[in-house]
Amino acid sequence: MSAPASQASSPTRPPGASPVLSVRDLRVEYSTDSGVVKAVNGISFDLMPGEKLGLVGESGSGKSTVALALMRMIRPPGRISGGQMLLQGKDLVPLPERTMRQMRAREIAMIPQGAMNSLNPVARIEDQIIDTLEDHATERRSKKVLLDLARSALESVGLRREVGRMYPHELSGGMKQRACIAIAVAMRPKVVIADEPTSALDVVVQRQVMDTILRLQDELGVAVILIGHDMGLMAQSVDRLAVMYAGKLAEVSPIREIFAEPLHPYTDLLIDSLPKLEDRGTFRGIPGLPPSLKSLPPGCLFHPRCPKVMDICRQEIPEYLELRPQQFVACHLHEERHDRAAD
Amino acid sequence: MSLRYLGKRILLLLAVMWTAASINFLIPKLSPRDPIKERLEQAAMMGGRNQTGLQAMTDAYSQQYGLGEPLWKQYLHALLKVVQFDYGYSISQYPRTVNSVIKDALPWTLGLGITSILIAFFIGTMLGALLGWPRSPRWLRAFVPASMLTSAVPAFVLGFLLIYLFAFQLRIFPLAGAYSRTATPEWSLTFIADVAQHAILPALALILFQLGGQALQMRGLMVMTTGEDFITFADAKGLRPRRIFSRYAVRNALLPQVTGLVMSLGTFIFSTVLVETLFSYPGLGNLINSSIQVLDYNLLYGITMILVFAVCIATLVVDLIYPLLDPRIRYEGR
Repeated sequence: MSAPASQASSPTRPPGASPVLSVRDLRVEYSTDSGVVKAVNGISFDLMPGEKLGLVGESGSGKSTVALALMRMIRPPGRISGGQMLLQGKDLVPLPERTMRQMRAREIAMIPQGAMNSLNPVARIEDQIIDTLEDHATERRSKKVLLDLARSALESVGLRREVGRMYPHELSGGMKQRACIAIAVAMRPKVVIADEPTSALDVVVQRQVMDTILRLQDELGVAVILIGHDMGLMAQSVDRLAVMYAGKLAEVSPIREIFAEPLHPYTDLLIDSLPKLEDRGTFRGIPGLPPSLKSLPPGCLFHPRCPKVMDICRQEIPEYLELRPQQFVACHLHEERHDRAAD
Repeated sequence: MSLRYLGKRILLLLAVMWTAASINFLIPKLSPRDPIKERLEQAAMMGGRNQTGLQAMTDAYSQQYGLGEPLWKQYLHALLKVVQFDYGYSISQYPRTVNSVIKDALPWTLGLGITSILIAFFIGTMLGALLGWPRSPRWLRAFVPASMLTSAVPAFVLGFLLIYLFAFQLRIFPLAGAYSRTATPEWSLTFIADVAQHAILPALALILFQLGGQALQMRGLMVMTTGEDFITFADAKGLRPRRIFSRYAVRNALLPQVTGLVMSLGTFIFSTVLVETLFSYPGLGNLINSSIQVLDYNLLYGITMILVFAVCIATLVVDLIYPLLDPRIRYEGR
């Protein structure tokens, strides 16, 4: 089997543009007493400047681990055990922590998962923005300038300037999440990773927060990786969708294509499990559970749950191929077709 | 902060004082011993002959000290004394008043106690914060078992060890007392140096005992705090580790640590009593011990009430400064 890295680096980009972030064969492992857990098991994808990429998967599929890995914030007993993360051509994996710290927020930023507890409870909102500005500053700026910058950042996410004087407990959930967004984009990063930014919010506030993220994304031209498990939200928000299963990418396709014609049976089942207006009362799930990351099944990781399972799926790991331009899939169903097309 | 809250807190303080006063009054009364009779018998024995009329004398003195009254009258009397802050004469050090005996001892206890608890809190908290910080150097972890050890060994046992090592074997520090017998108490540099030299061992016993506990508690709080989402986000903001440590982690872990300090005041006083006794330190702790031995009700009563009062005031003060530490806590109004 050829190296997946070389496969995935095949031309995927529109002519003239180069990706702002290229992930190649990224691996993350956690050492536990009962063995090594392969949380991220060799994933590769490109992110174009200003692009919105969705990353979906079940709980435990490794989505959040990818987010942490991209921020280089995997803490022991976890570690990045292989692969490259090229941010504008510069590999983040071997960078010393000191340099990486300076990249965070300035080049690559994160909107946290639990906005409810992501702000320091004993510091004013504006001071928490100023902390970021100060620790990335190249020159000393007066308190007044910093305060003004911080309050402008709050305005940019639709919060009043006075919110800066407040403490986190005085804010509603939606306001807290906006404040986090303001902090994340305060340094005008190239890439923003939003890890389930709306999971703790009610639907109306979810919508407002997503609108804020997308508006900022538009204004600042940052590339966004949106992590979540809400396929409906993804359909409304992203350009391309990456589907993760048990630490691997099952499929990466543009959002229209993936809903029109999902290539991987897992994607198919995910879309099928969305509740539909015309089909009330029934609620389809995907039978079975994801495999234990400590002892992965041989062959395709999805084969124990796959309705279209073939003999080869139980033995050989499917390659991650670009089946059509911009559409990647790792599935034996398509490998044959791909081979036939290549013949 | 509202006056109403303050009023409520002061009422609560009075209730605690009343309860303590009642318990302090009743417990020594459960003892079948009679302090006056014991004292007179002792005097008689020293006189070398069997004095007649001992019982009559005992009764007379008891009457004088108010010990012959019915219990409820004594109780009301005792409460009145608390309110007036006047505990009458010391039985064992007659004719000195309880207040004057306490006045002599209090500065020594305050000096030793407050200094050691503050040092223990400060060093223990810093040490614990570093122990609970994932980026601390590995060698620091050797302090974890060391902290467990010193916090598990009672202060007076540590005191014994210190005396044996530094006062008895090495003879670096004096064995006991608050100052040399030859020195006269005055505000001179030599006297202060003498006092400091005498205070080091008892202070060390108290500090070591407290420090371990403070460090372990702070370590636990830090481990909890560094697992919080706002620490992860602070990391994602690319903040300097030093800032995350102080302004995000320690700052938040400190809140329960301060509460813990107040809660440990009671244990601390208990340790001080034993350590002062061990070092013959002329403070309140030593005085408590001796007044229990000779059953000096009045003195015992005065000291315990002073200690209860001190703990109550410390709790109240911490309660009132808590809103400064934690913006989430606010007493209605403002």
